[in-house]
Amino acid sequence: MLRFIFGRLLVLIPTFIGVSIIAFAFIRLLPGDPVMLMSGERVMAPERHAQIMAELGLDRPMYIQYFDYLVGLLQGDFGKSIISKRSVLTDFLTLFPATVELSFCAIVLAVALGIPAGMLAAVKRGTWLDQTIMGTALVGYSMPIFWWGLLLIIFFSGYLGWTPVSGRISLMYFFKPVTGFMLIDSLISGQAGAFKSAVTYLILPTIVLATIPLAVIARQTRSAMLEVLGEDYVRTARSKGLSPFRVVGLHALRNAMIPVITTIGLQIGVLLAGAILTESIFSWPGIGKWMVDSVFKRDYAVVQGGLLLIAAVIMIVNLVVDVLYGLVNPRIRR
Amino acid sequence: MAATETKTAAPPSGLAEFWFYFSRNRGAVLGLGIFLVILCLAIAAPLVAPHSPSEQNRAALLLPPVFAKGGQLTYLMGTDPVGRDILSRLIYGARFSLFIGLVVVSLSVISGVLVGLVAGYFRGRVDTVIMRLMDIVLAFPSLLLALVLVAVLGPGLVNAMIAISLVNLPHFVRLTRASVMTERTKDYVIGSQVAGAGTLRLMFMTILPNCLAPLIVQATLAFSAAILDAAALGFLGMGAQPPTPEWGTMLAEAREFIQRAWWVVTFPGLAILITVLAINLMGDGLRDALDPKLKRS
Repeated sequence: MLRFIFGRLLVLIPTFIGVSIIAFAFIRLLPGDPVMLMSGERVMAPERHAQIMAELGLDRPMYIQYFDYLVGLLQGDFGKSIISKRSVLTDFLTLFPATVELSFCAIVLAVALGIPAGMLAAVKRGTWLDQTIMGTALVGYSMPIFWWGLLLIIFFSGYLGWTPVSGRISLMYFFKPVTGFMLIDSLISGQAGAFKSAVTYLILPTIVLATIPLAVIARQTRSAMLEVLGEDYVRTARSKGLSPFRVVGLHALRNAMIPVITTIGLQIGVLLAGAILTESIFSWPGIGKWMVDSVFKRDYAVVQGGLLLIAAVIMIVNLVVDVLYGLVNPRIRR
Repeated sequence: MAATETKTAAPPSGLAEFWFYFSRNRGAVLGLGIFLVILCLAIAAPLVAPHSPSEQNRAALLLPPVFAKGGQLTYLMGTDPVGRDILSRLIYGARFSLFIGLVVVSLSVISGVLVGLVAGYFRGRVDTVIMRLMDIVLAFPSLLLALVLVAVLGPGLVNAMIAISLVNLPHFVRLTRASVMTERTKDYVIGSQVAGAGTLRLMFMTILPNCLAPLIVQATLAFSAAILDAAALGFLGMGAQPPTPEWGTMLAEAREFIQRAWWVVTFPGLAILITVLAINLMGDGLRDALDPKLKRS
């Protein structure tokens, strides 16, 4: 097992170097002068230009610049925002919990609804129930989530007035962030109504972000379930006289879960891509909105650092999923 | 002598067999129907659309659709904030979406299949390098990478298409490589190799045709995903630029009016959803018809 984990880690090294080269190259590929871009100034005397060039190390050969960049990364230096002058890593760590909170709620919702829906469709295969569930799943899978979010806002926030439109919690509540997770922080703060407020702000973004993973999980559960239901051990369990509930819920589900768990793991990248859109629609202060805003503000240092940090998160999550999968299914350890 | 001849039914042609499996999936036929309608509308847009997509009528700003109170028959789906006919813009928008899908899929399929074929056929160091490169692309969330690429290249429809193709590439490379690797060691390939077939012939004439089925299914899915991604980029302001009647861009322009004029927001999104759904329905049917392993289910 240790060898398996170690092997996976070794593969990550060239990928990380590649990712860092892309992030490094990004700022140099942009149209325009890098000094102007990085300093954020419009007009500049040639002497000052040369001075900044030297300050930023841009006058040195490319490979030395890259080496310095890499050394900086390993020391936790992901650059500084051109506009706010804050460290990119600090901003990332401040905003990341918001994205994690939203993504976590979305994946919980997707699993909690998707697995039972897929099971039901498989057991009732061919009936109208199956067709309705699978039809809905395909609609969810085809959904432009940025439009879906707007529709939900029109209906629930505009027409019914049930949910707020944007942000994480009502402005009436203010407390120092402890964990960065609004649900937990609002409970810790002990202010009456704070937790409820946080929940109402979370509902719509969660639904929007969960839509596509939910559809994928439901479809995957159904097909895995159908495959397992035809196996001999399921027939044996049935002929032993076990209740259908026990056969499906225990014997079949356990074995059908292996491909479904992989699918859930693969949804992490989908969630982060979805977070970019969802956070933009609901003004959710997470890393997705942060990246989009930085692209628009031309804060390329943030884009560069954020790109690298997000890729690192995805790589680590994929590694964890791989290792977990190796634990569950020893055959793939080879 | 003719009387003794026994009549045997000719084996069904490939196309007939394909249609047999495809048409058993009613959803797929429905999807194909909808897709053909959208395709015809897109091709015949200047003939079908009641107005020009850029014609502004100052007397009819934010007019509701015909079935709502205050709607007019000349503007079936109402007008947008500058008095353009939404229906006409949607019909013209179909051209952009289908074109985006076609270009993205062509670009990523052609390059992905070539790279994947090389990786799967030659294996060894070439394969390792290619797969590591693909891992790097896959380490980024697709939409984020596309967004950043467009920031580098400059916002616009063409650059958005290039970015989305690049982000799609690894899926085709991996899929082609995997099927080439299973086919590579089969007897018929060894056979033609022994018979003296050259490398290129083996790659393109012997192996590739046997790897097409999963690629076609993936291409269908990539087609709908490309439409969604391009619309998302348009929505974020990084795809097609206004006043292009691209559906995602239309949504972005309509965003500030969501509380006042629901139709400006609803119809472009509905157009995206219906198109993507039709293509995905077709994709499910194609998978049933082309993937022999899944034919039983």
